[in-house]
Amino acid sequence: MASKPIQPFSRQEAVVCRGIAKTWAEGTPRAHEALRDIDLDIQPGEFVVLLGPSGCGKSTLLYLIAGLEARSRGEIWSFDDAVTSPSPDRSLIFQETSLFPWLSVWQNVAFGLSLRGDPLEERRRAAEAALARVGLAEAMEKRPDELSGGMRQRVAVARALTMRPKVLLMDEPFAALDVQTRAKMQDFLLDVWRDSGASVLFVTHSIDEAVALADRVVVFTARPGRIKSIIPVDLPRPRDPFAPESESLRRRLMEELRSEVDRAFAEQEALVGA
Amino acid sequence: MPSELTAGRTVTDVPVAPRFFTLEQRAALGRLGWGTLSVGLFFGIWELLWYLGIADPKLLPPPHIFLGNFADQARFFNTATRWQIGVNPADGPSPYEAVAITIGATSARVFVGLGIAAVLSITIGVLIRYFQFFEKLVLPTLTLLSPVSPIAWLPVAIFIFGIGNKPAVFMVVIALFFHMVLSTISQIDNVNRNLINVARTMGASKRQIYWRVIIPAILPQLLIVLRLNLFGAWMVVLVAESTGVGFGLGQVIMLARNTFNPSLVFFTIAVIGLLGFLSDWALRVIQRRALYWVPETAGVLRGL
Ligand SMILES: Nc1ncnc2c1ncn2[C@@H]1O[C@H](COP(=O)(O)OP(=O)(O)O)[C@@H](O)[C@H]1O
Ligand SMILES: [Mg+2]
Repeated sequence: MASKPIQPFSRQEAVVCRGIAKTWAEGTPRAHEALRDIDLDIQPGEFVVLLGPSGCGKSTLLYLIAGLEARSRGEIWSFDDAVTSPSPDRSLIFQETSLFPWLSVWQNVAFGLSLRGDPLEERRRAAEAALARVGLAEAMEKRPDELSGGMRQRVAVARALTMRPKVLLMDEPFAALDVQTRAKMQDFLLDVWRDSGASVLFVTHSIDEAVALADRVVVFTARPGRIKSIIPVDLPRPRDPFAPESESLRRRLMEELRSEVDRAFAEQEALVGA
Repeated sequence: MPSELTAGRTVTDVPVAPRFFTLEQRAALGRLGWGTLSVGLFFGIWELLWYLGIADPKLLPPPHIFLGNFADQARFFNTATRWQIGVNPADGPSPYEAVAITIGATSARVFVGLGIAAVLSITIGVLIRYFQFFEKLVLPTLTLLSPVSPIAWLPVAIFIFGIGNKPAVFMVVIALFFHMVLSTISQIDNVNRNLINVARTMGASKRQIYWRVIIPAILPQLLIVLRLNLFGAWMVVLVAESTGVGFGLGQVIMLARNTFNPSLVFFTIAVIGLLGFLSDWALRVIQRRALYWVPETAGVLRGL
């Protein structure tokens, strides 16, 4: 895959990555290669899941696409723009809570609007609408620490949606939730995704989550992360996790991942000198 | 008396005590009870030592002596006008007023100093992180000066400000300033990166990131730093006052030392202790009000 020729793109894609590489602390003794030769296109409105062993560079790729970190090599485009810095067009939702604890729920949701200087009334109305969409209209005046983990992530989604992003980048957003809450959140996310029209790039290390959500699953190798395979998922939604098609997809993903997880383990053991 | 209190009331009007207090109030009453017990025990031992003839009342007068004659002690607080030429001491404030003025003056120096120190050091600390050239220009000197004991600044305070309120306030500011600047910088470096990144993805400018994210995020820790330094502030104010920068509790202690008056020393110590306690409590209330979002963690430790 490393020698793949650079493919043309129409600049209508939601995200285009060409030859992306990232080495943390490049040029220092602590240099640490996280990503190598990533080529990836994401269509408008597409739901793409990044699946890979932990530490393989999934978060790093999201940060690069969000424009929060500088890449070492390669090009990233989003629609017509070369990605050089963060933009409200590409919202990132983090694994851990990233709500501002000193703001109420609605102020959190309207944070981006207040940065733009929108008037108070408008901000409140937009926050109210976004919160209603995630089923938390009641929680407007609450503080983040009064909410459960699942509710906090829904607020984070509402906050991202108020910016009307074209691309929603999600970094293991439901990893900290219990299984039942997580299933609910996945349904809810699919609803939101459908009526927002945004593309979603969703990172997870859970095969079940990938099967439940993806239009395409991008499987990563162990670090340095490269794309091992891209697996289209043609199952209709809503998906039955126990259907035979889901079962066989799950098995396939498991096989793709197994050797990589083994490699990641071996590397980590070598690192600590075991 | 009892008939007057219950006049016009039926028996059922008499409130039942426990229902009158919320859980929170009961906890506060409990703390008050333990506090009283703790201080009472301390004073009791002292009184016992005096009663047994072990503590010499001329050197270590027990509480009933140094607290007993308030008016007598209050006389010595009349420092407000003593040193002003052409003022008849009889025209000055009454002893009780003098105590109040002295306490007010010392407390005001502490709190004005704290306020100035907080605003100044947070501003400088933020500017250091905001502008790199400012950091390069200023940080080495600050780091060099930070280990200097505040007491070493006392002569400087007097050279620059002479006597009066200013040198005492200056001493409080100096005592807190360096520590708080360095603390501000390290708090800024420890702000949750996700919060900053969220703001960045929403298009926040550098200025907005500082105003809207970093400053609110570092305030809780800085208020704790301020509280931890409160007692230090009380200490340097007393030192500043005792060297004749004006009137105040430090001045009274000095007077007591020079006239060999142990009762006055202990009386003043009691006043200072009480004030220190009250000001810590006041800061804690401010902390809870201003930083409503910070969870209280004390309960976790109590469960251990
Ligand atoms: N800010 C950073 N500085 C240095 N190294 C980093 C940083 N972020 C991540 N890394 C390293 O890059 C590699 C990939 O990390 P990450 O992208 O977080 O993996 P994943 O999200 O797939 O678990 C890891 O080895 C990690 O230690
Ligand atoms: Mg990650």
